Amino acid sequence: MRAYSYYPGCSLHGTAKEYDQSLKLVAGTLGIELKEIPDWNCCGATAAHSTDEALGLALPARNLALAAAEDRPLLAPCAMCFNRLRVTQHELQDSAKRHMVEALLGESDLTVSGIQEVVVPSLLDVLDNDEMRARVTEAVVRPLAGLKVVCYYGCLLVRPAEILKPDSLENPQAMDRLTENLGAEVLDWPFKTECCGGSLAIARTDIVLTLVHRLLSMARNVGADCIVTACPMCHSNLDTRQTQIAAEFGESFELPIFYVTELMGLAFGLSPKELLLNMHVMDTKRATECIGKEPAAVTG
Amino acid sequence: MARIGVFVCHCGSNIANTVDVEQVADIAGQAPDVVFSTDYMFMCSEPGQNLIQEAIREHNLDRVVVAACSPTMHFRTFSGAIQRAGLNPYMLEMANIREQCSWVHADKAVGTDKSVDIVTMAVGKTRWFEPLFPQEIGVTRRALVIGGGIAGIQAALDIADSGVEVVLVERSPSIGGKMAQLDKTFPTLDCSGCILTPRMTEVVQHSNITLHTWSEVQEVRGFVGNFEVDILHKPRYVDATLCTGCGECLARCPWQKIPSEFDEGMGTRPAIYRPFPQAVPNVPVIDAEQCVAIKSLVEDPEREKPKCGVCLKFCPRDAIDFRQQPTVTTEEFGAIVLANGYSLFDPTAYGEYGYGRYPDVITSIQMERLMNAAGPTDGEVRRPSDGKHPRSIVFLACVGSRDERMGRPYCSKICCMYTAKHAIMLKEHDPDVQSYVFYIDVRAGGKGYEEFVRRAQEEYGTCYLRGRVSKVYPEGNHLVVMGEDTLMGMPVRVEADLVVLATGVQPQPDAGDVARILGISYDSYGFINESHPKLNPVESNTAGIFLAGSTIGPKDIPESVSQASAAAAKVLGLLSQPSLLGEAMTALVDRSRCAGCFACEDICPYQAIERVTLGYGRQAAEVNEGLCKGCGLCVSACLGKVITLRGFSDQALLEELNVLLLEPESA
Amino acid sequence: MPETSFEPRVVGFLCNWCSYAGANLAGTSRIQYAPNIRIVRVPCSGRVDPLFVVKAFQAGADGVMVLGCHPGDCHYRDGNYYTRRRFTLMHAFLTFLGIDERRLKIDWVSAAEGRRFAEVVTEFTEQLSQMGPLSTQASVQVSAGGDQIRETVSL
Repeated sequence: MRAYSYYPGCSLHGTAKEYDQSLKLVAGTLGIELKEIPDWNCCGATAAHSTDEALGLALPARNLALAAAEDRPLLAPCAMCFNRLRVTQHELQDSAKRHMVEALLGESDLTVSGIQEVVVPSLLDVLDNDEMRARVTEAVVRPLAGLKVVCYYGCLLVRPAEILKPDSLENPQAMDRLTENLGAEVLDWPFKTECCGGSLAIARTDIVLTLVHRLLSMARNVGADCIVTACPMCHSNLDTRQTQIAAEFGESFELPIFYVTELMGLAFGLSPKELLLNMHVMDTKRATECIGKEPAAVTG
Repeated sequence: MARIGVFVCHCGSNIANTVDVEQVADIAGQAPDVVFSTDYMFMCSEPGQNLIQEAIREHNLDRVVVAACSPTMHFRTFSGAIQRAGLNPYMLEMANIREQCSWVHADKAVGTDKSVDIVTMAVGKTRWFEPLFPQEIGVTRRALVIGGGIAGIQAALDIADSGVEVVLVERSPSIGGKMAQLDKTFPTLDCSGCILTPRMTEVVQHSNITLHTWSEVQEVRGFVGNFEVDILHKPRYVDATLCTGCGECLARCPWQKIPSEFDEGMGTRPAIYRPFPQAVPNVPVIDAEQCVAIKSLVEDPEREKPKCGVCLKFCPRDAIDFRQQPTVTTEEFGAIVLANGYSLFDPTAYGEYGYGRYPDVITSIQMERLMNAAGPTDGEVRRPSDGKHPRSIVFLACVGSRDERMGRPYCSKICCMYTAKHAIMLKEHDPDVQSYVFYIDVRAGGKGYEEFVRRAQEEYGTCYLRGRVSKVYPEGNHLVVMGEDTLMGMPVRVEADLVVLATGVQPQPDAGDVARILGISYDSYGFINESHPKLNPVESNTAGIFLAGSTIGPKDIPESVSQASAAAAKVLGLLSQPSLLGEAMTALVDRSRCAGCFACEDICPYQAIERVTLGYGRQAAEVNEGLCKGCGLCVSACLGKVITLRGFSDQALLEELNVLLLEPESA
Repeated sequence: MPETSFEPRVVGFLCNWCSYAGANLAGTSRIQYAPNIRIVRVPCSGRVDPLFVVKAFQAGADGVMVLGCHPGDCHYRDGNYYTRRRFTLMHAFLTFLGIDERRLKIDWVSAAEGRRFAEVVTEFTEQLSQMGPLSTQASVQVSAGGDQIRETVSL
């Protein structure tokens, strides 16, 4: 049994409920214990740190302080929350910023003293190691053979590289290895860490449409049946904007977008209903139907 | 009683701006034993030196303190000056009030205070000076050249032509270096091989040159005029005395698909190979890592027959010897030229360019091999992925140059030029080619260089885009290059059939080890430091070791060749002397007080401590002044305090502390 | 509380080939640093007799630095290894004498590290400023005059 403090963040209680649900189910199968930290708050996402530096650091710092009380690594499945936690730890090595945050936390009993000791892995760090790979292999009852996927990491899991230290900034491998282990055919593609437009979804929808259109085109061009992600922002942008893109660019993709935990759930034998796949905007059937079928192109 | 003169230099405004030089001279004049002190605008100028000489005569000075720049800058200047005035050249101390004071402090009061201390410390130190007389040492009239690229070849030929014996050591199987890999050279577009290979042949035929390829310098002992060098000869597995270079073995070897180092992985070679057809010497070498025969013998030395023996069977001269072992020879030299060259930046560090991920992203040196008529494609430029002739070619300049992020903030100097050359040559090869160059600035300083780049742009229609590239990715059958045109102020997208990365120049990966073997210093990148960047550009900071080519920093061919000739001239100057003056600041044992514990013997890095037997069989230490380098390790290790270091005696150094710390606090 | 106006007296023994050249490079690069240091040039950091350090403290230095080539890069092959060993012991000896061992700094500065030289010196000087003057009562008896120091060694 591996135990983690669990910080779902706002997304996983809202638009990314299926991420939360699938993660919890998959974690159960893999023997990962998730203990939600009590009284957690929003990480501030893009909004806080782009308007108020102190607040942008204090919000994640408070969550880190809560986690410091538990002697467990802190898992934040949302790439944005994860990113903010790690960046905050980095920034608070600076004593002036630490004082700034301490002043904001002042009225509560929480302090920033222990936050550097909190280990904050990404979801991919938690899943991509020898022990977990063995457990995943064991848990797969319905291999995703026939399903062609591209793994999309986005920005938040890899940037800034000097803080997050990914295995590669341009060509990370953790999600590829994981998905391959589920039996899916993982296709190489050059846009693994391109930006989807992130939080500009509302303010500058035009940018998001352009960027997402590029991503979808490339995914389709390399022959993917679906895109896998581990970030609620990416998922939301890629999944919800396809109708608009069809109208804007005259191109219809209807490409299902999965959370990596959803594909794990499917491979572990869970039903689409259990995994809340019905919450997706793009119909996931197009992809799930591929599973188990012989790939047509190869035989030709 | 000593009679000390103090001379404080203004160095124009360099010192005088932040140090009140007159006040320093005044205060120093009051120090004990100082009989004369003055200040002057430029002490190192001829009138400045005359001033010192006149003062020595007029005031009967026996010691001189010059308060000016660092002794590394002008000690020799001033010691020469006082010598001409009749003093022993070692009766001089320089007080460094420029590099270590006026240049690092802005406040004049602070600078003046500190300068007074520095000068009075120097005055105190000189009181303990004694005249020193360096020993004469012999000179071995032979030179060692390390590295067989164009710089090493030129240096070896120049020295050998003057009648001095040269040993040239090259670690790869052939001499020729990077220049042998090139197709044409800028800006004249001569064929690189055509101008280089005659020189290579000259080396091997020269009666004064001994060539050791596939060999490395392992250890260097001794000092200027008297180096002792261990050279490791790696096993070639081919007896060079028997081999005729017929090449039968190369064609017969069953293992033909090994990526060729010389072709930068664009072509293949057998396990027994010569890097290229014009290799010098024309003797193949067997790659022990790849050869099945040698591997089988390494695994089981008792084995009677190796697993493969095809080359052995077909060699008409029985020159193959799978059981050859490395050997080490020791040779003596008077001077050494280091010309070990450079390596190229590994562009996989730029993940966004996709080198190593996409086959049609190549480096410039790979492009050289593709364009070379003797290269893997016989000079036809075909892209690696599908062998098609590329039409749209994008060059990325400054890959691993001028980039802090990669730890390479310096300019590699040659990339702008060879990129323009590539653009021109590609158009010559195929008029349908369109080249694009993403650059930061075009740096084309050199005779005919700017004109050459202009030609690439104007006559050959190369499109220069000022900006960095953010990403290269495949789309369909081509690559897409996303970048920024900073002159237009907009992002650009270019579709390319081939992307060429102009990788920068960096030191050899083992430059630090080589420097340590030679006992010379290098900078934070690993380039070797010159003794003085302007005035001693081909001398290392160890006497007798000279430098040529890109081991010092990025250089093109003409610069490397001129440096090699300059280094050769320095070597010949040194070796033409019948004898040299040795180290004057050596250690000295007071035998009468030596207890004979020989702690000094263990600590001496140069085996300069010798045992002498005195009366009643008592043993004492003695310093061999020819071997002593004056480090002073023995002095601080001596328990009885009976060893002193001339010029740096305990008394002289402690006097500096006395003067500094025990003087009454100035209120 | 140490007085803010306290200016520590710092003696730096610099090896000729690396650290002295590094200090020169700080100069040619015009990098400003704390002016308190007074430099004694020695051929090798291995030339620095521990006695020099004691004498410097005895005579009134508030801090002593011994700077040499980085380990492995010694101009005299291995002189700085002796420095490293010798002064590891020296630190323990200073504690025995009642001198805070932080007042002796052993570090490596290469000829290419002008900026680092400036940083090391400034940092050490600031640290000494905070520590205040070396209390001579707690340390060895201060000798009466300069001659006495000389006499001790030239017996």
